[in-house]
Amino acid sequence: MITLVKRRGSYYFLAVTLATLYLYSQSANITTSVFSIAVTFAMPLALAAMVGIMCERTGIVNIGIEGTLLLSSFVAFYVAIAAKSILIGFVAAMATGVAMSLLLALMSVTWKMDQIIAGTILNILATGLTSFFYIQGNMLPSMFKQKPIPGLSNLPFFGDVLFKHGLLMYLGFVVIITLYYGLFHTPWGLRTRSVGEHPSSADTAGVSVSRMRYVNVAVAGAIGGLCGSYLVLELVGSWNRGFTAGKGFTALALMIFGRWNPMGALAAAMFFGLAQAGANQLMINGTVNIPPQFVGILPYVMTIIVLAISAGKVRPPAAEGQPYEKGQS
Amino acid sequence: MSKLIDEVKDSRRKYDVGSWIVPIIAVLTAMLVASVLMLIQGLDPMLAYKSLFTTAFGSSEGIAATLGKATPLVLSGLAVTLGLRAGLFNIGVQGQLLTGALASAWAGYALSNLPPLVHIALALAFGFFFGALVGAIAGYLKAFRGVHEVITTIMLNSIVMGIVDYLASNPFKEADQALTRTPQILDSVRLPMFGNFPSGFFLAAALAFLMWWILGFTTTGFRFNTVGRNRFAAWYAGISYKKTIFFAMLFSGGIAGLGGAVETLGITYRFEPAFNLGLGFDGITIALLGRVHPVGIIPGAILIGGMRAGAADMQFDAGVAPELVDLLLAMILFFVTAPLISRFFKNSANRSLTGGWGN
Repeated sequence: MITLVKRRGSYYFLAVTLATLYLYSQSANITTSVFSIAVTFAMPLALAAMVGIMCERTGIVNIGIEGTLLLSSFVAFYVAIAAKSILIGFVAAMATGVAMSLLLALMSVTWKMDQIIAGTILNILATGLTSFFYIQGNMLPSMFKQKPIPGLSNLPFFGDVLFKHGLLMYLGFVVIITLYYGLFHTPWGLRTRSVGEHPSSADTAGVSVSRMRYVNVAVAGAIGGLCGSYLVLELVGSWNRGFTAGKGFTALALMIFGRWNPMGALAAAMFFGLAQAGANQLMINGTVNIPPQFVGILPYVMTIIVLAISAGKVRPPAAEGQPYEKGQS
Repeated sequence: MSKLIDEVKDSRRKYDVGSWIVPIIAVLTAMLVASVLMLIQGLDPMLAYKSLFTTAFGSSEGIAATLGKATPLVLSGLAVTLGLRAGLFNIGVQGQLLTGALASAWAGYALSNLPPLVHIALALAFGFFFGALVGAIAGYLKAFRGVHEVITTIMLNSIVMGIVDYLASNPFKEADQALTRTPQILDSVRLPMFGNFPSGFFLAAALAFLMWWILGFTTTGFRFNTVGRNRFAAWYAGISYKKTIFFAMLFSGGIAGLGGAVETLGITYRFEPAFNLGLGFDGITIALLGRVHPVGIIPGAILIGGMRAGAADMQFDAGVAPELVDLLLAMILFFVTAPLISRFFKNSANRSLTGGWGN
């Protein structure tokens, strides 16, 4: 089964590579710019999916990612303005993400509340707080600027696509790769996954289930803070109500599509980013004349189609969504 | 087995004192916290609340406006309640409501030469049907493809928003208008006033009582409840899990669509995408505030409708941003579901209402 999945994955990879090569041979500039833009679309989705993976691998369903992104991007924006430093804004956003996560952990681990409702509370709370305290007409002191990595950025194609971005983008890649390695190749990862699959076994083996869940959910919140700051401090540069526009929810679908695997989710996010960037390019070219609303709903339609195809075939962590009580079987 | 006994105890405890006192204390606590936030901003919370509630409940026009605002909220709360009873968390009420609002607006201005009652019934049916259609998509995907309804309904919200915006700004757009909106509906299709009060509210309340009867006293309701409580037990009892899930989602969407239709035919008289924002999400708070009881949601809907109706005056009188209401709702939802208050009254509130992705 696993080999089959891997083989199918490599077919996709081959198909995408061939298509890219063909496009690149047709028009190198446009292909490079579409891919480069696709990466900037994909990164926030991928990071948000990492938040979901971190939580769900330990058995906590987090549908509050959207709220975490919304509030942390809001805090990043206004703290950066108040402190006149985007770095302080970034740190404050991470702290906000952790705080939101701790609230989720409190509700779902300590209070054993329904986790979907706990997540909904995060979302509604973030919407309420941000729209109440929102003030129009502020400007960031600066943004995280493009910093090409010496040497690597001179590579053809990949240099432009991957190595000509800002600090937070690079940090995002580091987080995703670390998370992948950590989950599948370290003792921490094994414990995390065991807590998510069969908490009573993990408990018997001496792993503290609730501590594991608290720590992982908190770290996930920090990643959410990184994602929020990337959006506001590096990609967009301004904030308005409903700023995150459902990215936290799309990320959940990407997490499922990527089979709760960081690399899978990254690939899924890239697929989404490419679809969006490609559609934008077609609009600019005037090749197709689609109403902008339909281009806007493209990612969501794709999410549903992708889920309708892949769900049922993928299996979430077994203990997900259930509070753990000592002594349960 | 012990879990089953707990559940039976739960259902008996439902009529305990805690079941109505917890929501009340939750609302008061939320207002207290919000007043601290207002004090931090240098505003006067007493003045704000006084203005909010005298506007909403102090005069008969105020009450009429409150009931008008409460009408779609009763229906969106009912839609969420029906879903939760069958074990589904329908976050897509927002999208289903928008679809219903647009569909009934179209039926209201494009169809003519119909007797008023037939026209009203037809426009309401349009709202129900198209809301149900959106719900049915999520229901089908959940029941037959195993895709979790939380994700599909959220995605459908965004999809509906895009399509509705397109329709209202292109084919259904009012001619010679800069705004994105449909033409006004015909006079004959407007919901009549019942004395001073909007008749839509009584329609919604009647539907709430009907749902209470169906869920509490009929076989259909028993099926919904059993599937929601334990789908394996339902299977064992010979109840089709898939069919029940599908129809629960379909009717949930239909009721939400009806909420949009009542809003269009009774209040706004046309469709404009910005009119109905947030109504669906308020439905979640209302359903949980009403303890997932079809009739219990009515007071919650009136309270929140009153806050929405009074928000503009509160801004005028006390300088408090109307978004305070959103913040209040978030905190109410938190306090009503977190076991902080209920534990004090020995009421088990943290019974699981939904499952993870796999459920």
